[in-house]
Amino acid sequence: MKQLLSPGGGTQPTKFTLCLMFAAVLLLPFATDALLGRGWVRIMDFAMLYIMLALGLNIVVGYAGLLDLGYIAFFAVGAYCYALTGSPHLALAFPLLFPDGLHLSFWLVVPLAALLAGGFGVLLGAPTLRLRGDYLAIVTLGFGEIIRIFMNNLNAPINLTNGPQGISRIDPISMAGVSLNATQEIFGIVLPSVHLYFYLFLGFAALVVFVSQRLEKSRIGRAWMAIREDEIAASSMGINTRNLKLLAFAMGAMFGGVSGTLFAGFQGFVSPESFSLMESIMVLCMVVLGGMGNIYGVILGGLLLALLPEVLRHSVVPLQQALFGKTLIDPESLRMLLFGTALIVVMLYRPAGIWPSRVRRRELETDEAAEIV
Amino acid sequence: MTVPLLELSGVGKQFGGLSALSEVSLHIKRGEIYGLIGPNGAGKTTLFNVITGLYQLNAGEFNFNGRSYQTPKPHFLAQAGIARTFQNIRLFANLTALENVMIGRHVRTKAGVFGALLRNKSTRNEERASTERARELLRYVGIVKAHQTLAKNLSYGEQRRLEIARALATDPLLLALDEPAAGMNATETESLKVLLQDIRSTGITVMLIEHDVKLIMGLCDRVAVLDYGRKIAEGVPDEVRQNPAVIAAYLGVDDAA
Repeated sequence: MKQLLSPGGGTQPTKFTLCLMFAAVLLLPFATDALLGRGWVRIMDFAMLYIMLALGLNIVVGYAGLLDLGYIAFFAVGAYCYALTGSPHLALAFPLLFPDGLHLSFWLVVPLAALLAGGFGVLLGAPTLRLRGDYLAIVTLGFGEIIRIFMNNLNAPINLTNGPQGISRIDPISMAGVSLNATQEIFGIVLPSVHLYFYLFLGFAALVVFVSQRLEKSRIGRAWMAIREDEIAASSMGINTRNLKLLAFAMGAMFGGVSGTLFAGFQGFVSPESFSLMESIMVLCMVVLGGMGNIYGVILGGLLLALLPEVLRHSVVPLQQALFGKTLIDPESLRMLLFGTALIVVMLYRPAGIWPSRVRRRELETDEAAEIV
Repeated sequence: MTVPLLELSGVGKQFGGLSALSEVSLHIKRGEIYGLIGPNGAGKTTLFNVITGLYQLNAGEFNFNGRSYQTPKPHFLAQAGIARTFQNIRLFANLTALENVMIGRHVRTKAGVFGALLRNKSTRNEERASTERARELLRYVGIVKAHQTLAKNLSYGEQRRLEIARALATDPLLLALDEPAAGMNATETESLKVLLQDIRSTGITVMLIEHDVKLIMGLCDRVAVLDYGRKIAEGVPDEVRQNPAVIAAYLGVDDAA
């Protein structure tokens, strides 16, 4: 971990700098609130969710080398899992069984959603075991769409998902009896709801980072990388490629599922349009742009791509108004333009991502050295 | 006599209508160095792939270490004690030499997801033992200096040695080498020969495909010759060299004669 924290390869961060970083992250919502306004804290909350998603996908794509274009489906599974079990909605589908809906505790739903999403991961993995690269990408893309379309259409014959209208009035998350949906005062510090969610998401993100890190430097992580590098050689070395690929899909899906429950609890509302193909591609871009296989690169990628559209939304119109007196380009189209340009530039100048993993970096360095020779 | 380590009887392998192997029977005794030679396209690599589980045989019987295998998966055979190298080197290119060998330890270690997450005492011990063993093997094949180098940046000869170290890491009973000396110069071939003899002296049975006749003759206890998917000769090197069928296979035969 220390090695990864110092991309220059020189100094290692001391305990002091780590404590400093930790304190900075803790103060972040307050600083954002004071400088940019409360809306930005909410944006930071979403950025945290994206980071978790990107880290989950990094296990599948970055470690095991399985290109997954339907990853958002697991996020959807998690979100709908809590939406159904933590809202009055089930009363519509089964009025006799659940007259008020099923209001399970969020903390009970998280492990359930993780297991369910993991199960869906295996379900996706099992038929695609023989596929690689483009072919795998197409099948996973189809899987992602199937889940979304199911969510869109499962309002008949039994209204399970409420179709395109989505499920609303989802119970807010509460912790030790304290609802995160209202401003709370803890030890004399006033914490608005968005701050509370920020800390909750931060905790989960930290857990995801921890799990990723431990897996990366383990027998399982090495086996995944062996499969990524050469599947035939891996199986000849005694690696059960079937089980390990399923495990990668399941682990990645679990991360997605957990962030889905957080999303549902935070928003209080889910609908199928949050889980479009574009979202899957966005998460994949976070992984690729940031630095496939490197946890810190993926975090950076998630942060950048989650914040970029918001920065544009808040700056493009005022800027144009000031310069030209009218809005020439709307922020949404500029977003895609800049996004595309950023991808091209990164792929041209930093093909291994903005913050590549140590191995990929060395690889590029030696390639350059070889070119010079 | 004890039961042979590996025994094939009447093995056949077809690809569509093409018969790559037919009626191949051979046995490899424990502790010997067994050579497999033959002209190009004779089916040597196919036989290798059958023995290591990459191909499933269509006919015949396959016994290894007292057990019969019908359609074994490669990882299953690695578990049983067959390790191999590849004709066109297949290392984990973007991992370091040490990591490559540690992946070879996978099949003899146990830590799962929970071990990885908790990093408990047994996992830590296992990890330490794997690292140590991997380093030891790198030293054994003579490339320990390069342990932090990416596999793809090693020289050709070092890559060949790394493949052997990785195969040895699985604690094999049978080490199967597919053209280990291909592309090597005389000095490198000589040191490879010394290495293989040393591996055999530790009790590991070695089987190799090779084109370098001098190496085969100087190294192998017994040799089998394949031609058009059939075994045409087997025996000690000197005998095989005199065998008219072998001479015909390699040099061609005058139809008029």
